[in-house]
Amino acid sequence: MGIKTTASDPVYSVGLMTPESVRRRYVRSILVLCGLGLPVAALVVLIGEPYPYWERVMELIRQYSAGRGWPAWLPSAVVLLAVSSVLLGFVQGLVIVVHWLERKVAAHMQVRLGPMRTGGWHGWAQPIADGIKLFMKEDIVPESADRWLHFLGPIVAFVPAYVCFIPIPFGRDIQVFDMDMGLLFVFAISGLSVLGILMGGWASANKYSALGGLRAAAQLVSYEIPRVISIVPVVMWAGTVSLSGLMAVQSARWGGIFPKWFIFYPVVGQISFVIYLISSVAETNRTPFDIPEAESELVSGFHTEYAGMKFAFFFLAEYSYVFLASALGAVLFLGGGDSLPYLEWIPSYAWFFAKTFFLVFLFLGIRWTYPRMRVDRLMEFCWKFLFPWSLVNVFLAGLIFLWRWR
Amino acid sequence: MKTTDSNNVQNERVTPPFRSPVTPDEGELSENELWLNMGPQHPSTHGVLRVVLKMEGEIIREARPDVGYLHRGVEKLAENRTYSQFNILTDRNDYLASMLNNWAYCLSVEKLLGVRAPERAEYLRVIVGELNRIASHLVFIGTFGIDIGAFTPFLYAFGREREMVLDLFERLCGARLTYNYIRIGGVMADLPDGWGDQARSFIPHMRRCLKEYDDLLTYNPIFLDRTKGIGAIPKDKAVSYGLSGPNLRASGVSTDLRKDEPYGIYDRFQFKPAVGTTGDTWDRYFVRRLEIEESLNIVEQALNSLPEGDILAKGQRPTVRPPVGESYAQIEGARGWLGIYLVSDGTERPYRLHVRGPSFINLTILQEMLKGWKIADVVAILGSLDVVLGEVDR
Repeated sequence: MGIKTTASDPVYSVGLMTPESVRRRYVRSILVLCGLGLPVAALVVLIGEPYPYWERVMELIRQYSAGRGWPAWLPSAVVLLAVSSVLLGFVQGLVIVVHWLERKVAAHMQVRLGPMRTGGWHGWAQPIADGIKLFMKEDIVPESADRWLHFLGPIVAFVPAYVCFIPIPFGRDIQVFDMDMGLLFVFAISGLSVLGILMGGWASANKYSALGGLRAAAQLVSYEIPRVISIVPVVMWAGTVSLSGLMAVQSARWGGIFPKWFIFYPVVGQISFVIYLISSVAETNRTPFDIPEAESELVSGFHTEYAGMKFAFFFLAEYSYVFLASALGAVLFLGGGDSLPYLEWIPSYAWFFAKTFFLVFLFLGIRWTYPRMRVDRLMEFCWKFLFPWSLVNVFLAGLIFLWRWR
Repeated sequence: MKTTDSNNVQNERVTPPFRSPVTPDEGELSENELWLNMGPQHPSTHGVLRVVLKMEGEIIREARPDVGYLHRGVEKLAENRTYSQFNILTDRNDYLASMLNNWAYCLSVEKLLGVRAPERAEYLRVIVGELNRIASHLVFIGTFGIDIGAFTPFLYAFGREREMVLDLFERLCGARLTYNYIRIGGVMADLPDGWGDQARSFIPHMRRCLKEYDDLLTYNPIFLDRTKGIGAIPKDKAVSYGLSGPNLRASGVSTDLRKDEPYGIYDRFQFKPAVGTTGDTWDRYFVRRLEIEESLNIVEQALNSLPEGDILAKGQRPTVRPPVGESYAQIEGARGWLGIYLVSDGTERPYRLHVRGPSFINLTILQEMLKGWKIADVVAILGSLDVVLGEVDR
């Protein structure tokens, strides 16, 4: 094939972009997307909810196992293992999608095109190529680094990010494991990632990294508090911390028509959502709260001394948390897999992903619009603004729910 | 054996007779302090500036700037080149505003020679000079955004608007960074067909884009929070440190060489030098943002009144032999007063040349300004001074 160098090649025609050519390219992209998307959408609608099929498959496996005389716990254990590994691959696939989306969204916000070559269509394979590149790179450990901590840092940062996906309902009855305290589980486990960042920053034996690690510890621990308090009204309202339970409560309708999502709950819902969104951006270390990384101040902060796959693990953790925060936001405030009225024929997982990616898009837009805050102002913002307001919000929610239950 | 002996001598650690005052020493630190070496390899020192910071946590206790990593000996090189040959090297001093460097140098040589550029050439100098000032300030706005953490304005300013100016220059003289367009006694080439219209269409576009920058940066609450009141330079201190250009005007001193001692034909244009009030980081940013508007006005007026005529003084030859003497010419560069001092001994090469680089003199205040601020403010303050290391180190 070789590399095209003609003027019709979009990469080279950037300088010649006219409104006409841009419009043509967008129209073509939309047509291609429709051509691919419509059949897939039709298939999704035809198949519908996957839960009945899953039940059938599980039944078959159990029968097979019973026929062989295997103990009853074996099939469920094997299935759980298989599902876990599928989830690991799935999370990484999501990271690839979110990463590609970030590059394209950022590029189009910044009057450029982003990756256009790798894989052919709009550089779809760029994150995969990046992953391969990172995998092939030499693993450099600074001479004066603490080798063990330097090795453990990225793992400790990434593993919680993956484990957090276990109780997330990707739609109605699509869940690895339905925990009664799913929400608490997610917050408890995701808090552990700070340790990895702190370890990485400390072990690098680099002053910039150490500053980055310390900033990260201070920031993530502080923003965890308004973030958790901001979801207390949801829990008070729904009366459960099980994520599937939260989704089920929001599947009801106000007046038989209006979706009973928490974001539509007057006053309390909106305040909760905004606080949750702001503190989630801070939790995922992204601009305007990216002071632990702070390219222009700390030269990438805690991961300055990381290369290759170790760097990739930090990277995977960051993007997994972006998706996780969006998924939680969708479940807590936007009804998760619940549909809009009269659109019940679209399966729940499609709704879930549409809402989640809407929030992901919001995250990306915020990142590429705002400058970075200064570290002391950031802490002031958390403790003097978000924290009191989240408490006021809980108080308000309590009053409203006392006055008129649900 | 002899060879091993000499090797041993070489391997012996020799104490240098001179110890740089910048070199950090652990002995100077009190408890809770550390040395942080910022640069010369650092994303926001704008080139190869090195600042050694004594920090207490995030707070700067002492700052020691270290310059010279980009030293090329431009002033010495001038002594071995003819007057016309050296014009090319002035491009490399402040490489973001090469036109203005050419201009200052040519003015100085013309003063020695007693030559004056023809009318049309003067207008062309004003047009390209102001466009170059706009391009330079656009780089400032973009990189200042990156220093503060906003990446998107950089690609707007650097990749869209500045690119249009560079396209204009490319059509005019073939180069996009080091132009060598302004020559002794005039300019290199006349405008190509349709250049004036292209330049005219840039002006309203740029005015629209300034509104976009206002939304993204100038009045953005986080941006204001990061820049308002940070690193303020009082009026008297700015003057005593010899600051010039936008950095001085931001402190409330209304000086602009284009107004105060108009060189070329600047007395024919209507414009108002932008002046700040407090001299903080935001003011230094905002003065430059206003200056883009003023420069657009000047370009518009110059384009409208551009006369016909020669572009090079009559009988001007590439090799000039100025009479014995000395001259100093200074212009309002993009970063301050840009002066060239020349001593001629009557040959075709300068006897001595000195560049008064505004970046170097503006940088001297950094040491005092950084004390007491946080590391995040270091990049904001350094970025707001808008130094070009090519000019600082020369």
